Amino acid sequence: MLELKNITFSADDSGKTSDIIRGISLMIPDDKFIVITGPNGGGKSTLAKIIAGIIKPTDGRLIFNGTDITDMSITERARSGIGFAFQQPVRFKGLTVLDLLRIAAGKNLSVSDACTYLSEVGLCAKDYIRREVNASLSGGELKRIEIATVMARNVKLAVFDEPEAGIDLWSFNNLIRIFENMRKAEQSRTVVVISHQERLLKIADEIIVLSDGQLIKQGPAEDILPEIMSSNYAQTICPKIED
Amino acid sequence: MLKMDAVQKQLLQEVAELHDIPEGAYNLRANGESVGRNSTANIEIIGKTDKSGIDIKIKDGTKNESVHIPVVLSESGLKETVYNDFYVGENCDVLIVAGCGIDNCGTQDSEHDGIHRFFVGKNSKVRYVEKHYGSGNGTGKRVLNPVTEVYQEENSVVDMEMVQIKGVDNTDRKTIAELKAGAKLNVRERLMTHGEQQAFSTYSVSLNGDGSSADVVSRSVARDNSYQKLDLCVNGNAACSGHTECDSIIMDSGRILAVPSLEANSVDAALVHEAAIGKIAGEQLIKLMTLGLTEAEAEEQIINGFLK
Repeated sequence: MLELKNITFSADDSGKTSDIIRGISLMIPDDKFIVITGPNGGGKSTLAKIIAGIIKPTDGRLIFNGTDITDMSITERARSGIGFAFQQPVRFKGLTVLDLLRIAAGKNLSVSDACTYLSEVGLCAKDYIRREVNASLSGGELKRIEIATVMARNVKLAVFDEPEAGIDLWSFNNLIRIFENMRKAEQSRTVVVISHQERLLKIADEIIVLSDGQLIKQGPAEDILPEIMSSNYAQTICPKIED
Repeated sequence: MLKMDAVQKQLLQEVAELHDIPEGAYNLRANGESVGRNSTANIEIIGKTDKSGIDIKIKDGTKNESVHIPVVLSESGLKETVYNDFYVGENCDVLIVAGCGIDNCGTQDSEHDGIHRFFVGKNSKVRYVEKHYGSGNGTGKRVLNPVTEVYQEENSVVDMEMVQIKGVDNTDRKTIAELKAGAKLNVRERLMTHGEQQAFSTYSVSLNGDGSSADVVSRSVARDNSYQKLDLCVNGNAACSGHTECDSIIMDSGRILAVPSLEANSVDAALVHEAAIGKIAGEQLIKLMTLGLTEAEAEEQIINGFLK
């Protein structure tokens, strides 16, 4: 279980302090599929990076399975069981898909096991296992490999930042199946996905709505989803500039 | 091989991945003298009489055979220049493995300068692997100044893999290639310097025949206070295509000067160069750290992959 206690994050914006996350407190329970949604610029990706340790919060504490992880490094958090898939995956010259999966697994993963992860994300392992994770891969291919690296880790909490971005519609059903399998595979594992996709929202156990750096709603999907669909949470309000 | 001690055998393993006497043709040189040589029906190795070195003559049509000519130096203060000439006949397909390992535990500089010339016949394919390695904790420097000259006849293909990853204090590498019509040259150079090391690598490739092509790619890493100068030049003198690429990572106080250059002397020459120098991208480190590696481990993985 992950508990966020009054998390705030402010960034310097051309000499002016901009509040990105404004005192968010919430609980992410075990064994759930949770979707964080909300308008662009609402703080979703920042919050995911705060969970992974990539961004340090300005204030507040994070408690993961009873341990205060606020001051832990990215590496320590990863080793404590937190996995993170980037919205825009990183390219590496020279490192192959197999290398990356082996690093993720933390062991000399067999080619056969590595192939299983690639097949899961809809890539033909034969074509990809020896390929470099470089600019020759398309955005969609990279995205799937990124998801496979998180699958290869035995994490308790997996956070995916907009995994559907760049994934074609044909593969979308596959993506949904991946998240379902990930959660079923390990008891007490929680999968957190940042997404705007209605189909992902529909299969969530819980939905968290963030807007303007604040927690707007959290609850079961069957309660939250109808509210989202009929509200203006997802609409960015552009206030009229007054003289 | 019996004349070689443990240090020499270790060097041999590093530069030629050999544990024992190789199959096929070979010439093993240790501390300035030949300690083993074997010619085969198709590949003849003959010692030069006017200077130090060997001639390697490969008969027309020789396929799937290899030549190993590693050199090891374990005696401090030894300096030598060796001339090796490879005459590859027509329609051949061969692997040539060279390389030099220096172990210097003494106070005097040790130096091996290998001058290799390749005369590659029509339609022949040559894969050339050259590895350089230094070890030993003496104050004497380990110096390697290789010169490689490649002369390719029509439709020949030469793939060169040049690797110098560890322990060589000073190196001044010069590579010259001249290609006739339809010939292809592919070079993959990997270089890593650390400590106070200095490395200079110069390529001059002349595409003289129509349909000839060259792809010269150098990947390098400069760590600590080391310095590298990479000078890659392709001259297009016909309807040809050429590509050079210097891709480098700098770390600590390392410095790199990359000078890719192109000279087109024919309106039908298509030449491209690329050069990039930079430190390891922060997001690459972060990605590997989210997979459980420490920053130092992530750095090593990125470097190892880059130079692989």
